[in-house]
Amino acid sequence: MARHQIRLSGSGGQGMITAGIILAAGASVLEGKKAIQSQSYGPEARGGASKAEVIISDEEIYYPKVMAPDVLVALTQEAADKYSKDLVDGGILILDDLMVKTAPKGNWKVYMMPIIRTAAEKVGKAMVANVVTLGALNEICGFVKPETLEKAVLSRVPKGTEELNKNAINAGIELAKAAKAQ
Amino acid sequence: MAKQVKFLQGNEAVCEGALYAGCRFYAGYPITPSTEVAEILAARLPKLGGRFIQMEDELAAMAATLGGSIAGKKSLTATSGPGMSLKMENLGYGYLTEIPCVIVNVMRGGPSTGLPTGPGQSDVMQARWGTHGDHPCIALTPSTVQEQLNETVRAFNLAEKYRMPVILLTDEIIGHMREAVEMPEPGDLAVVDRKRPTCDPKDYLPYKPEADGVAPMADFGSGYRYHITGLNHLPDGFPSNDGKLAQADEIRQQKKVDDNYDEIVVVDEMMCDDAEILIFAFGSTARSAKEAVQMARAEGIKVGLFRPLTIWPFPDKHLLKYKGKVKRVIVPEMNLGQTALEVERVLKGSPEVEGIFQIDSEPINPITILNKIKGGK
Repeated sequence: MARHQIRLSGSGGQGMITAGIILAAGASVLEGKKAIQSQSYGPEARGGASKAEVIISDEEIYYPKVMAPDVLVALTQEAADKYSKDLVDGGILILDDLMVKTAPKGNWKVYMMPIIRTAAEKVGKAMVANVVTLGALNEICGFVKPETLEKAVLSRVPKGTEELNKNAINAGIELAKAAKAQ
Repeated sequence: MAKQVKFLQGNEAVCEGALYAGCRFYAGYPITPSTEVAEILAARLPKLGGRFIQMEDELAAMAATLGGSIAGKKSLTATSGPGMSLKMENLGYGYLTEIPCVIVNVMRGGPSTGLPTGPGQSDVMQARWGTHGDHPCIALTPSTVQEQLNETVRAFNLAEKYRMPVILLTDEIIGHMREAVEMPEPGDLAVVDRKRPTCDPKDYLPYKPEADGVAPMADFGSGYRYHITGLNHLPDGFPSNDGKLAQADEIRQQKKVDDNYDEIVVVDEMMCDDAEILIFAFGSTARSAKEAVQMARAEGIKVGLFRPLTIWPFPDKHLLKYKGKVKRVIVPEMNLGQTALEVERVLKGSPEVEGIFQIDSEPINPITILNKIKGGK
């Protein structure tokens, strides 16, 4: 397996950092791959562009930051514009259709999907948009086995929200399947 | 049995290391990017019968950390640059009075409030010389989340053994990144406790060193009455203005570290045996350097990485092996050349030291180091 460099971005508070931790923890602790999660953020506690980065590889990872992502998720226009600049040629760009009005231009495979709307309307809570994202992202890229993702999500969410989060993963998978069929 | 593997943040691993080492007291004042250490220990210490206290500022936090240790508890405080500056007065007190404790500095951009959320490595000389006066110094520089845990345990062990403050000099990148950590079981890592007196309390001299240069330390409140002062003092702990005695005592303290270089100094030397070019890098920058070394080796360039896990005392003896042997030495660091000065001091121009100095709050990219390797002088 080549090295996957993944950037999850949005606005502070949207849960992109948590999503990155879940994905990387699943890949490393549950599947024995090498994985690193890192993040950068501004001084704001909420709002402002925020990004989490995940590297998954079969080999040792030394430099912990993404040098050029091959996958970018952006849940806001600001994040899409700011963090797509170094997305590799032929890379995957996953965008939220409610928050991102104009997809950045590049030679990428673009998935414009109703992530936030699905979380709010179909799953019933906007705050699980990050878990919907994970379901969709993993369905498209296949970083970990579906059961690994579910286990990783459930090990990091509050008790009593298991069903909600399972629904969020499945809603994300459905979104990705629909987008891939297009 | 396979070890338990956890996916931990660097700062979280510091807490795991501290608790493993037996730390039961934390005093601090929160500051980015070290706050998680306080946050986690505030939740966990009380459950282990320990104490957590948030003080009014870092100056008081350092004082309380020393107090916790005098009372017999292994004590920790964590901070970043601006807080480290405030701790300096009481840190010096800790050196002179020989109180074991561990200070974690998660380095960020500076000086002053600087760049609070970005990484830096500009506190290397502060760790060594930030407080006034001659004193010994031990500072450790982990590069991985696993090392954050293991080196925190080692920091406590060295503090306890040599009866002195020890600094864990880490940075925002290592503090905030997450990776898998193999959790040590009890007994996997050595845990050292300070020597305590066994004599009759009335015969106890708190500053009378034994053959190893270290005096047994009694817990306050345990029946051993003694005096502690920031003035130079006699074996009984009471002040003395005798300069000759003061000089002898300071030299003894320095020798506690100098004479035990082989135990204290740990260096990871990667692909150095046939290296014509040596990269000297520590902390998160060593990760960039390791990546660059791999890239350069793939192109057939003979380059190696010299990575100190102990930055103070400076790894002179290890580094001297390369004097006159390698053609080039490159020192990348997130400051304007602090350890490069030390490398120069050791190698004395053979060869000249080339620096990659960066203080823009961004990690040094491996490509930058690779270009320097390939670019020649």
